[in-house]
Amino acid sequence: MKNENGKLIRIAGPVVVATGIDAKMYDLCKVGSEGLLGEVIQIDGDNTIIQVYEETAGLKPGEVVINQKKALSVKLGPGLLTSIYDGIQRPLPVLDKKMGAFILRGVDASGLDEEKKWKFKPIVKKGDEVKPGMIIGEVKETKTINHKILIPPSKEFIGKIKEIKTGEFNVNEIIATLDNGTEIKLSHEWPVRVPRKLKLKVAPSMPLLTGQRIFDGLFPLAKGGVAAIPGPFGAGKTVAQQQLAKWSDADIVVYIGCGERGNEMTEVLKEFPHLKDPKSGQALMNRTVLIANTSNMPVAAREASIYTGITIAEYYRDQGYSVALMADSTSRWAEAMREISSRLEEMPGEEGYPAYLGTRLAEFYERAGTGTTLSGESGSVSVIGAVSPPGGDFSEPVTQNTLRVTKAFWALDAKLAQRRHFPSINWLTSYSLYNKTLEKWYSENVDPSWTKLMSEIIKILQEEEKLLEIVQLVGSDALPEKQQLTLEVARMIREFFLQQNAFHDIDTYCEPKKTFMLADTILYFSDKAHSALNEGVSITTVLNLESKEEIANVKFIEDFETELNKIKLAMDNEFSKIT
Amino acid sequence: MIKEYKTISKIAGPLVFVKKTHPVGYSELVTIKLPDGTIKQGQVLDTSEDLVVVQVFEGTSRIDRNSWVKFLGETIKIPVSESMLGRILTGAGKPRDNGPEIVAKKRMDVVGAAINPYTRRSPEDFIQTGISTIDAANTLVRGQKLPIFSGSGLPHNEIALQIARQAKVPGQEGKFAVVFAAMGITSEEANYFVKDFEETGALQRAVVFLNLADDPAVERLITPKMALSTAEYLAFEKEMHVLVIMTDLTNYCESLREVGAAREEIPGRRGYPGYMYTDLASIYERAGMIEGKKGSITQIPILTMIGDDITHPVPDLTGYITEGQIVLSRELHRKGLYPPNNILPSLSRLMNKGIGDGKTRDDHKQLSDQLYAFYAEGCDLRGLVAIVGEEALSDRDKKLLNFADEFEQRFVKQDSTENRSITQTLDLGWELLRMLPKKDLTRISPKLRDKYYGENDFDLKGKKTNMPLESEEENRKKRK
Repeated sequence: MKNENGKLIRIAGPVVVATGIDAKMYDLCKVGSEGLLGEVIQIDGDNTIIQVYEETAGLKPGEVVINQKKALSVKLGPGLLTSIYDGIQRPLPVLDKKMGAFILRGVDASGLDEEKKWKFKPIVKKGDEVKPGMIIGEVKETKTINHKILIPPSKEFIGKIKEIKTGEFNVNEIIATLDNGTEIKLSHEWPVRVPRKLKLKVAPSMPLLTGQRIFDGLFPLAKGGVAAIPGPFGAGKTVAQQQLAKWSDADIVVYIGCGERGNEMTEVLKEFPHLKDPKSGQALMNRTVLIANTSNMPVAAREASIYTGITIAEYYRDQGYSVALMADSTSRWAEAMREISSRLEEMPGEEGYPAYLGTRLAEFYERAGTGTTLSGESGSVSVIGAVSPPGGDFSEPVTQNTLRVTKAFWALDAKLAQRRHFPSINWLTSYSLYNKTLEKWYSENVDPSWTKLMSEIIKILQEEEKLLEIVQLVGSDALPEKQQLTLEVARMIREFFLQQNAFHDIDTYCEPKKTFMLADTILYFSDKAHSALNEGVSITTVLNLESKEEIANVKFIEDFETELNKIKLAMDNEFSKIT
Repeated sequence: MIKEYKTISKIAGPLVFVKKTHPVGYSELVTIKLPDGTIKQGQVLDTSEDLVVVQVFEGTSRIDRNSWVKFLGETIKIPVSESMLGRILTGAGKPRDNGPEIVAKKRMDVVGAAINPYTRRSPEDFIQTGISTIDAANTLVRGQKLPIFSGSGLPHNEIALQIARQAKVPGQEGKFAVVFAAMGITSEEANYFVKDFEETGALQRAVVFLNLADDPAVERLITPKMALSTAEYLAFEKEMHVLVIMTDLTNYCESLREVGAAREEIPGRRGYPGYMYTDLASIYERAGMIEGKKGSITQIPILTMIGDDITHPVPDLTGYITEGQIVLSRELHRKGLYPPNNILPSLSRLMNKGIGDGKTRDDHKQLSDQLYAFYAEGCDLRGLVAIVGEEALSDRDKKLLNFADEFEQRFVKQDSTENRSITQTLDLGWELLRMLPKKDLTRISPKLRDKYYGENDFDLKGKKTNMPLESEEENRKKRK
């Protein structure tokens, strides 16, 4: 074990240079007398270049550097759920206890509570053959989630169970031994930069229901799929992400606040523990892991936070859960990469980003997916990455590289946000390639005419766009009556269907059936109105009908079915009067 | 014993390169003594066994190979105490008002540590600024960072001062202080601020840091950090509610670029360094409140958008960090409107936390949404009118057009001494909304519509706002 200890020779910001250690790439090091955590990111002759996850002020040349001889890892085991971590899996509440309100440095904190005892129930017995990734038992982690204990998915964990225990253990106690002497605990470590593989990856076929009409209805995301939400600041990116974290029907949610605002992160941290799952009625926090690395926390830890998050997500997928991961924002992650890259004096690619930006983004998104796990369960990781393009310009490298690998694209539009149209997803530029694959699910589980209805909605909105250009020139009165009607229907779609109030108790979550029926009622009006026009009723009469305006309030009502049926009846009445 | 070195090997721009030193810590404070006795301060930017790069705050002018360099073995700290209130200091924290040196109660690191997001307290106390556009549409709350995006020649200073004068949390009186950090502004602008502080008596509750246009540019890099460390001391140790006004962040970023260029770093967008986001975040993120502590830091940074371009890196990166922005419009300014706040691109992300029943009024949110929607529509119509003429418009469109004009003239426009209470502001909003039929107010729930719109277009409630404003007198009293 020689060459363990080296010394620092240069410090410039978060990147330091050491000599005298024989490190591997991405090895973890303790830097300086305070033992700041760092990771090897370049080896150059005798010099080892290390990015440090904590503030480096005060470090001097000559101070010691200790190679930990392992890669940056997360500790996986029961206790992850309901936790709140920084970018390198240090629990923020523990940091608060150890050093107060401000995050100082050189403090180590284990990712899992090492005291807490978990009740372990094995499902294998002595003499059973085990393989990496197999489930050998479970503990009840939270009220809603049973945490499956896995044989760590690496080669040495193959053999027969020599001994397995039942009872209460903490995460570091041995619960089983294999015949080759390997010991198994409730937790294991996994290097964050190494993907945890599925046995078989398959094409997604189930929607990730989000309770947001524009997503579920028009641009759905599949479980195991990837989506990007790009948008300039102030377009409602964070609210959209938080809505998804709150309401998506995944079993587990991992939310990464990467380089975002402290106050906003606090809001998430304070609000989540009080939210209830609309289905189980349990606290949403029971299925959530939060990672918060705000913009003023060290930049290298920001770079790592994305990997910490996705590794935790994959771990729950290995247990057979469907996991949704929200990363807000991947642009901050890319910028952290750029910052480190420029400190390394690497040759820059587009806009100063490193040339490997595209590869890194693709690698990250590729860690999403659905299929069969090593233990034979089926699980999925869906990734929703927010992108913050500078100046709202979608042609910049991060957005473009993200678009190449994501299949659902939810474009936020500052113009819509300015009009207070929320969620401000632009319906013309957004798309989802999962529409086709999910058609079957929607027609079996909601309504057979789902896809037809939603494409009708999109068609009307597209027509509106064209008509509005004409209106700009000649005014709306100059349009033929039919087209004036289309404009009105499009307005109804926008105001009654697309707009959704995230802060309203009822409207914040919209089940698929409600989504369907709202759209259906609007089109019901459209059909009726078109036939009325054909029968010679004037457009003004049609536009002045009162019943249609009632649809506006339905989204705020719990018993939407009765209400919508009532409105349909009222419409029938009104139309029979005028025709 | 601190050693002094006479081994300067290179001087370039704001940087000094020193050879053959003992191990020097990163970010360490440095003093450089010139042969004529002048002492300059600097900070270590890069340290290795054989070369140390020092950034000199006062600029490198007159430094030569014979100057003595001393490494002080600690990072930059600012002496702080409550006696700083009422003082005018340089951008580097030295007295500028011929007063005595600051007697330190505590020495604070100027590079503040990040607040643990778990320990932060959610900002939710409504601050009444007395400016309708801000209070109604882009509400400021305690602990928020809300920048003013301005352009050259726009009255951002007046607005900042008006906020500083009028800001209060209704129903709550706490200890209040203003920390003002000027970076590279002209002495005329600085005098304007100082004079106003003096006249209104605000100076006794203010700490003023001035780095003027002719002060060394590199000093600007330390000014906001000094100011914020002072603010943190006042807020979190002395339980004060501190309003930090910083102007002008564009100058700060230019200094950052200057140092980056001198270090021959690879530049990012428009030549600004790639780490500018992180650097700006380390300033803006120091706003907030902490669980278990009474004080708060609210920031109003001011920046001028170069060429009025909101996509320029400085406003762009700022917008991604701050919780919204107040955007000033040249068009409104040309129309002679003060304050020229354009609500459409403006935003306050924390607004929903600070408004509503019990804080402001139950109709606040919906009223604001409705005003936004109508004003946006009205502004769009102006473009249409230019093409098709007013006759081609529908009745509703004409009303909206009229609404947009009235909104600007009556709601946006107000005097720089006019302090409107939130009730006055909201009532004025309703008065304007009555220009449109009740059923068109789709953003407002029927219940609130009935409660505030009244039965007909001419409601008595609306007239209230035309009466003289009580608070004006209050204001005058306060100044005395």
